[in-house]
Amino acid sequence: MSSATLESILDRHARQGVRLMQILRETQEALGWLPPEALGEIARATGLTRAAVESTANFYSFFHTRPLGHYRVLWSDNITDRMLGNQALMQALCKALWLQPGRVSEDGLVSVDTTSCTGMCDQGPAVLVNYRTVTNMNLDRVQAMAALIRARVPVAEWPEEWFQIADNIRRAGLLLDCPLAPGAALAAGLARGGAGLLDEIRTAGLRGRGGAGFSTAQKWQSCRDARSPAADGARYVVCNADEGEPGTFKDRVLLTRCPDLVFEGMTLAGLAVGARRGFLYLRGEYRYLLDALEAVLARRRAAGLLGASIAGSNFAFDIEIHLGAGAYVCGEESALIESLEGKPGKPRIRPPFPVTSGYLNCPTTVNNVETLASACLIAAHGGAWFARSGTKVSTGSKILSVSGDCAHPGIYEYPFGVSVQQVLEDCGAQRTLAVQVSGPSGVLLAPDEFERRIAFEDVPSAGAFMVFDETRDMFEVARNFAHFFAHESCGFCTPCRVGTAINARFMDKIAAGHGSRDDLEQIFRMHRLMQATSHCGLGQTAANPIFDTLRKFRPSYDRRIESLHFEPAFDLDAALSRARRMTGRDDPAAHLTNEHQP
Amino acid sequence: MSEPSHFKLDGEDIPCRPGQTVMQAAQAAGRYIPHLCWHPDFAPHGSCKICVVKADGRTVAACTFEARPGMQVENRTPEMDDHRRRLLNMLFVEGNHFCPSCEKSGNCTLQATAYELGMANFHFDHFFPDRPVDASHPDVMLDFNRCIQCELCVRASRDVDGKQIFALAGRGIRSHLIVNSASGRLADSNFAVSDRAASVCPVGVILKKRVGFAIPIGSRRYDAAPISAEAQPSPPPAQGERP
Ligand SMILES: Cc1cc2nc3c(=O)[nH]c(=O)nc-3n(C[C@H](O)[C@H](O)[C@H](O)COP(=O)(O)O)c2cc1C
Ligand code: SF4
Repeated sequence: MSSATLESILDRHARQGVRLMQILRETQEALGWLPPEALGEIARATGLTRAAVESTANFYSFFHTRPLGHYRVLWSDNITDRMLGNQALMQALCKALWLQPGRVSEDGLVSVDTTSCTGMCDQGPAVLVNYRTVTNMNLDRVQAMAALIRARVPVAEWPEEWFQIADNIRRAGLLLDCPLAPGAALAAGLARGGAGLLDEIRTAGLRGRGGAGFSTAQKWQSCRDARSPAADGARYVVCNADEGEPGTFKDRVLLTRCPDLVFEGMTLAGLAVGARRGFLYLRGEYRYLLDALEAVLARRRAAGLLGASIAGSNFAFDIEIHLGAGAYVCGEESALIESLEGKPGKPRIRPPFPVTSGYLNCPTTVNNVETLASACLIAAHGGAWFARSGTKVSTGSKILSVSGDCAHPGIYEYPFGVSVQQVLEDCGAQRTLAVQVSGPSGVLLAPDEFERRIAFEDVPSAGAFMVFDETRDMFEVARNFAHFFAHESCGFCTPCRVGTAINARFMDKIAAGHGSRDDLEQIFRMHRLMQATSHCGLGQTAANPIFDTLRKFRPSYDRRIESLHFEPAFDLDAALSRARRMTGRDDPAAHLTNEHQP
Repeated sequence: MSEPSHFKLDGEDIPCRPGQTVMQAAQAAGRYIPHLCWHPDFAPHGSCKICVVKADGRTVAACTFEARPGMQVENRTPEMDDHRRRLLNMLFVEGNHFCPSCEKSGNCTLQATAYELGMANFHFDHFFPDRPVDASHPDVMLDFNRCIQCELCVRASRDVDGKQIFALAGRGIRSHLIVNSASGRLADSNFAVSDRAASVCPVGVILKKRVGFAIPIGSRRYDAAPISAEAQPSPPPAQGERP
């Protein structure tokens, strides 16, 4: 890269260390990878140590500190992609390109690998090509893609329809009907004032849609009341659009269909807590949304809905988009803030919570996309109106991302309290064996639980709803999730860093037919340990899928387990095979197993 | 000064002051809560989780959890020690620890804590990671095979030495210690054997050269008495002194 390009990237970000993520991303977009000299240059310019820059560059899946080809094809590897045949397709692509998954081709042209769920479960199998999303992969597209790569056709010139992403809204409700004109809710909010707005949010009974279901009014109140250490009393609003939970894609659709609702919700949050700056933390997988969202922000600035004096008032607020780079843990609010500050996304020690000490140690409210969009509706229509939908303790609507074995995967918005059975009927699911609600970190429901309801008081959900029919093997579902968590653990704390890796190995061992009862006992104990001692929600829930499948679908494990007690994962005879190859021996004495012994 | 308040640690009264963590209060009272990444001279880190305790029924890290008067804390209960043995197990299999040939044997906090907790066997298969040694520096060598990612060297170099020589890079099980230099070698950094970071490693990663085995195994720090015997009550702070 010419140093002029790097200089202009650095200048655009004012050489600020907190902007390291964006500096690294743009540098990589310009060069294809992050060479050591560029890292050194970035360190010098930002005043960060080289080790700090390397630390961030090495943490995120989408940054590479070695060249990975002009074309990098990443197959989304959620269980729903697998059910749609991504493994065979990936193999076909590798075969057509003469390469091994995970390796760069010898001419440095291309690499093919897997990545965690890209949020396209309703239109998979999906891939990212140089971090651009392609959906609905099939054998034809694989062959055509291989030809385009071999002919070195730039990705920008690939068939446009490959990059089309459908919203698949099957059922709209309060939010997806998008009934508001930009600025309407803001005008109502400004008329009420920050405190009045908070009252409405409280009356609405709004609870966080990101998973924990924390009261939004309480969170905003704490943030408003917290003392800021900054001279200018800075506070921040963060919209969490990391949406990394496999099987979840509703925030993607909200940001596509109703970006004004989300940005206006953030602006109103700013009014309520007394913030002047907001960040949208957009997951790297949604890079394709960036330009459209920037355009919406520009339009809102031009309309006086963002900026120095909003709608003619003395309230000032603006929003910046921060793009992530492939790390599920950055959805955890304190890890997200670390990432916003340019660091590896490792959860902080809490307390202090972000509402008192968040971005740059200032009071910060982190809210889910759907929470903020709901807040916008409440500002416009009032809390009492909102509280009329849903149940008593779960007011309003919930958007579900439905995928897996059903006729109509896509987006379904319901009033809270809808039964699992109802959703299954609406999406055209048949002979359903299980539903994974709220993703791998959520809960797996068996048919005798389908009468249960999606609500904070029954089955809470961050949005994912993955359907498995009777042809599916629930052990393989849990194994896929075990590998997901091992890949996404940030590595900070012992129980999760090592525990997720051990669990993935246990599952592979069982899959290979070497599992034992003792392994199952160890898995149960590991679940208890991780749940009790992990530093954040990722580790605390990482063993849930294994635990749930073991309890509810035990036969899928039992039929793989022959030995009653202990069975080593290590196969000594297999380990000798390399020595046999090297020495050219295959006589009985070169084997350890009984059959080969004289 | 107001009378100190108390909480219960395994049924015993322990004085505590506002802002003090369970670990600090226990340490001041001469009580041992097993730990690896905590060190009295540095800000708590909370990553190893060996200091898990149950506070009023909730499992928390003693090093980061604030002690509150009247609280009931379970420390050396079978349940907590079982968690600890498992976590130690996991730290052992994650790295390459060959105690009999390790220069740190007998002075190693990981080993001493495992003895203290009676960790007798491994429940898990070893990972056998590939971690090259860095012997480039004239006075100090780095054997990453034994790293438990406590980040004490990271904190010492940053907070005491003002150098920021160490950092963790990578994610998950691939997380590893790196050195701040263009080559990644310690010799090319401004590290000095007199740095606080040179003597803070609780295991055998950061080792001073030419002093190996000066004290024979058998006469070392934890050979004489178990690690728990080191906890001694500290004198109460003088009148007017800030906690
Ligand atoms: C591992 C992990 C991943 C998470 N991912 C997300 C996410 O992608 N989006 C989100 O809104 N919340 C996520 N959360 C929850 C956030 O920490 C936080 O509770 C939420 O953003 C708060 O917003 P709310 O109050 O509007 O729900 C995650 C939590 C954990 C532990
Ligand atoms: S639980 Fe996992 S993701 Fe969370 S801090 Fe620990 S290692 Fe990181």
